[in-house]
Amino acid sequence: MATDKEPTAEPIAEPELEQVRSEPARPRPWSASLLIGVLCTLLGFALAVQLRTVDSDQGLTGARQEDLVRILADLQSRQDRLRSEISEQQDLLEQLGSGEDSAAAAVEEARRQAEALAILNGTIAAEGPGLTITIRDPDSDVDSAILLDAVQELRGAGAETMQVAGVRIGVSTALVGGAGEIRIDGVAVEAPYVIIAIGDSQTLSVAMQIPGGVEDKVIQAGGSIDVVSADQVVVDALRPLEEPEYAEPAPDPDD
Amino acid sequence: MKGIRTGPVIPILGLAVGIAAGVLVDPSVPLSLQPYLPIAVVAALDAVFGGIRARLDGIFDAKVFVVSFISNVVIAALIVFLGDQLGVGAQLSTAVIVVLGIRIFGNAAAIRRHLIRA
Repeated sequence: MATDKEPTAEPIAEPELEQVRSEPARPRPWSASLLIGVLCTLLGFALAVQLRTVDSDQGLTGARQEDLVRILADLQSRQDRLRSEISEQQDLLEQLGSGEDSAAAAVEEARRQAEALAILNGTIAAEGPGLTITIRDPDSDVDSAILLDAVQELRGAGAETMQVAGVRIGVSTALVGGAGEIRIDGVAVEAPYVIIAIGDSQTLSVAMQIPGGVEDKVIQAGGSIDVVSADQVVVDALRPLEEPEYAEPAPDPDD
Repeated sequence: MKGIRTGPVIPILGLAVGIAAGVLVDPSVPLSLQPYLPIAVVAALDAVFGGIRARLDGIFDAKVFVVSFISNVVIAALIVFLGDQLGVGAQLSTAVIVVLGIRIFGNAAAIRRHLIRA
């Protein structure tokens, strides 16, 4: 590279160089100035073009193969990372969506269970097809055992809930007392005893009529029994819900 | 400076005209030339700084400037081309840029000493 000077020489070398090349310091010929101007024009042009090239996003076109390979590898690993992130997020989205659905389904299920339990426990009124049974006892010979039989038979025949003489029958209902002084859950009841039961009325009425069953016993006791089936009977007597004092829900072994 | 009639007008004018042309025309650099253009620009800048220094030293020679300008550009491009052929283009262009950068710094230091005596 022939330059005007050898690179970083200190100005000490100046006199010597001046001596060597003293004659070019004379006025330059016109053509030399022109050439210098052309070269400077070229430099400016190349400079501007290069700046433009770097500036506009075409920096990759001038890149070398190994650089391009490295850039490509970078981009690919970045793409992989982003892809896995996308699939993670999609999984999460699906989970959240289905979680919402299953939460709603669980709430619905819980509500239905609560209703079923409330009907069984007698804390809410219930209606449906069933029987209205009226037991008359003119001789005061129908005792609690006969009513208990009636309740057992109705339960056995699939009655879902019932009330006897205005008292709702629950799991802990007690029928006590002799003829004429029957108490159901401590409430004194008097004849005629009206039993309202919800269930399949056909099955229930058959259960009342079995030989040696409720109907026979009532007649033996000198009473009479009317069984009326209907598409719609209402059991509207309520039982207070007894809060368990000692028992607590045990943790679900499945959890 | 002594005895130079034309002064720095022509080079500066040329530079301005070239930059303006480059900005206005905005040509796309051919793909095969793209690795060499930045190297060529830096080599030419080195020659220009050398020329400025020589001028301040009073030993400017138009012929030397022209020859150094062209040979700088050509040799720099050749080195990079050779590097590309050998598979070390990136490293060799870095080397060329470093060398030319050192020279530009040296010339710039000399110019600075001339202009502000420090």
